[in-house]
Amino acid sequence: FTKRKLDAAALEELEDALIAADLGAPAAARVTERLARDRFDREVTDEEVRAALADVVSETLMPLQCDLDVTGMSPQVVVFVGVNGSGKTTTLGKIAVKLKREGRNPLLAAGDTFRAAAIEQVSVWGERAGAPVIKREIGADAAGLAFDALETAERDGHDVVLIDTAGRLQNKAELMDELRKVIRVIKKKMPEAPHHVVLVLDGTVGSNAVSQAEAFLEAANVTGVVMTKLDGTAKGGALVQVAEKFRLPIHYIGIGEGEEDLQPFSARDFSRALAGLED
Amino acid sequence: MFDALTERLGGVFDKLTGRGVLSEKDVDAALREIRVALLEADVALPVVKDVVAKIRERAVGEDVIRAVAPGQQVVKIVHDALVDLLGGEGEQPGLMVEGEPPVAILMAGLQGSGKTTTSAKLAKRLQDVHKKKVLLASLDTRRPAAMEQLQQLAGQVGVGFLPIMANQRAVDIAKRAMNAGKLQGYDVVILDTAGRTSIDEDMMAEAKSIADVTRPRETLLVADALTGQDAVETAKRFHERLPLTGLVLTRMDGDGRGGAALSMRHVTGLPIKFLGVSEKPDGLDAFDAKRLAGRILGR
Ligand SMILES: Nc1nc2c(ncn2[C@@H]2O[C@H](COP(=O)(O)OP(=O)(O)OP(=O)(O)O)[C@@H](O)[C@H]2O)c(=O)[nH]1
Ligand SMILES: Nc1nc2c(ncn2[C@@H]2O[C@H](COP(=O)(O)OP(=O)(O)OP(=O)(O)O)[C@@H](O)[C@H]2O)c(=O)[nH]1
Ligand SMILES: [K+]
Ligand SMILES: [Mg+2]
Ligand SMILES: [Mg+2]
Repeated sequence: FTKRKLDAAALEELEDALIAADLGAPAAARVTERLARDRFDREVTDEEVRAALADVVSETLMPLQCDLDVTGMSPQVVVFVGVNGSGKTTTLGKIAVKLKREGRNPLLAAGDTFRAAAIEQVSVWGERAGAPVIKREIGADAAGLAFDALETAERDGHDVVLIDTAGRLQNKAELMDELRKVIRVIKKKMPEAPHHVVLVLDGTVGSNAVSQAEAFLEAANVTGVVMTKLDGTAKGGALVQVAEKFRLPIHYIGIGEGEEDLQPFSARDFSRALAGLED
Repeated sequence: MFDALTERLGGVFDKLTGRGVLSEKDVDAALREIRVALLEADVALPVVKDVVAKIRERAVGEDVIRAVAPGQQVVKIVHDALVDLLGGEGEQPGLMVEGEPPVAILMAGLQGSGKTTTSAKLAKRLQDVHKKKVLLASLDTRRPAAMEQLQQLAGQVGVGFLPIMANQRAVDIAKRAMNAGKLQGYDVVILDTAGRTSIDEDMMAEAKSIADVTRPRETLLVADALTGQDAVETAKRFHERLPLTGLVLTRMDGDGRGGAALSMRHVTGLPIKFLGVSEKPDGLDAFDAKRLAGRILGR
């Protein structure tokens, strides 16, 4: 390894790398400053610097690494929310497959009654998981469908209900109201539900992730986050911006389109990947 | 106007009141603020660096140094530079669909970027505005119910749809689509493809083969306007592998500042042909460089 001084030029390179990973300029500056404070003027290898960088990022994320716990009183209700195309339905499907394998008895609700073939998409995931799917025709009321799903779960003894919702941009008041209504109707039927409201963030997203988290928190009381599409070239640093600001638990990352492509979130692995370290 | 940048620059130039003349140091301070403003708008770092260098060139001229309201002047320089980088004012090139029919349009991009929705939007526009007979074909053999999605959209907008056949490879569907287009007298065949990451070698090779056998007149990279720094990498890699002719940025109806559009335009040099502005089939806007520049600067 070639050692070099962690001088101003080297630090600027680091800061740039963090910005290029979507950490945002302020957070990138903070992390770099921390690093400078601790190890300025020492000879270090590139590997050492990256490891130290990963440690600083990991400090923020470690307390947020958290399982999606659906072991409580049956049925556990999980609602998936987020902007269009972020990976809600796929994540729901992967979790259904996983739960089924663990011997659970999930019920799926095709709560996106808006987008073309959204219902068919959930149905395919239901088949893959071997789990039934509650559906209505396209254009039906999403809140009513959620209500149906809870009734069915109680009647048929399902221990987890996974509710899909239509993608919506957080600045669309009408669509956010519709989501509020879904949550309200769920609560009316089952006051302790939903047990989880999972915000699904696209791994390629930039700073808009912060505005997404803020709006979905306000409208739907988000309880945790999943970040998808980390199998591409995006590093997903926007997750760090969201974590710093809202301290939301992070459950999983998506690393592909298949059933198996869901990993429990590891603060260490995520931070190391962000810092450009292999594993 | 351009609140975000004006505010940032305000701080820099406030300190100057009374002095009236801008030194190179003052320009440097302004450029630092411009850099942060562009990063906040999600313009990718390598692009920010190019843009700032370009603006420095223009700003260090005497005009600014003697300007009465240097803040305003610098904002204008930045704005004009962005408009230039985005392809300049005036008409953007429309879709190229002239030629011997059927003309192929190939849609490509990352997963969930909006390809299928945009395919339907383009079909509608070509039919309604250009009076073309359009066939939509789904080459997405991967995503659950992807073909049904395009089929339903084709029904909604009232254009042709290539019947679904199970177990056919994407390249073979593409050939079947072009054949059907020819036999059934379609003017344009829009080929919707599965989403793919730019580092999925097999999938990128598949996309290339589709382009090779269909020789599309337009190959459009469809990307999410809310994309962050990855915009550069994705655009570059797709551009390396496919004969791209233009960009479409979707979800411009969000509250993102749209820096990804500038990033992608800058690293590929490709025109931004359309903006997606809703989930509905008519939610497609022509691109306007001035409007986007204003948005990036936080108007
Ligand atoms: N590469 C990759 N693709 C993913 C991942 N998660 C989801 N996708 C793909 O992203 C696309 C969109 O996923 P969906 O699950 O339909 O997203 P959604 O949020 O339900 O979309 P809407 O319901 O339309 O808002 C699909 O092609 C998925 O296969 C992931 O972790 N990696
Ligand atoms: N608000 C808004 N939503 C859009 C726009 N374009 C597409 N969408 C939505 O984004 C989501 C994904 O769109 P699709 O057309 O399925 O994306 P895709 O690229 O075909 O996805 P894959 O085939 O899975 O790769 C859907 O919910 C669309 O309704 C847009 O311009 N604005
Ligand atoms: K996306
Ligand atoms: Mg969905
Ligand atoms: Mg599609």
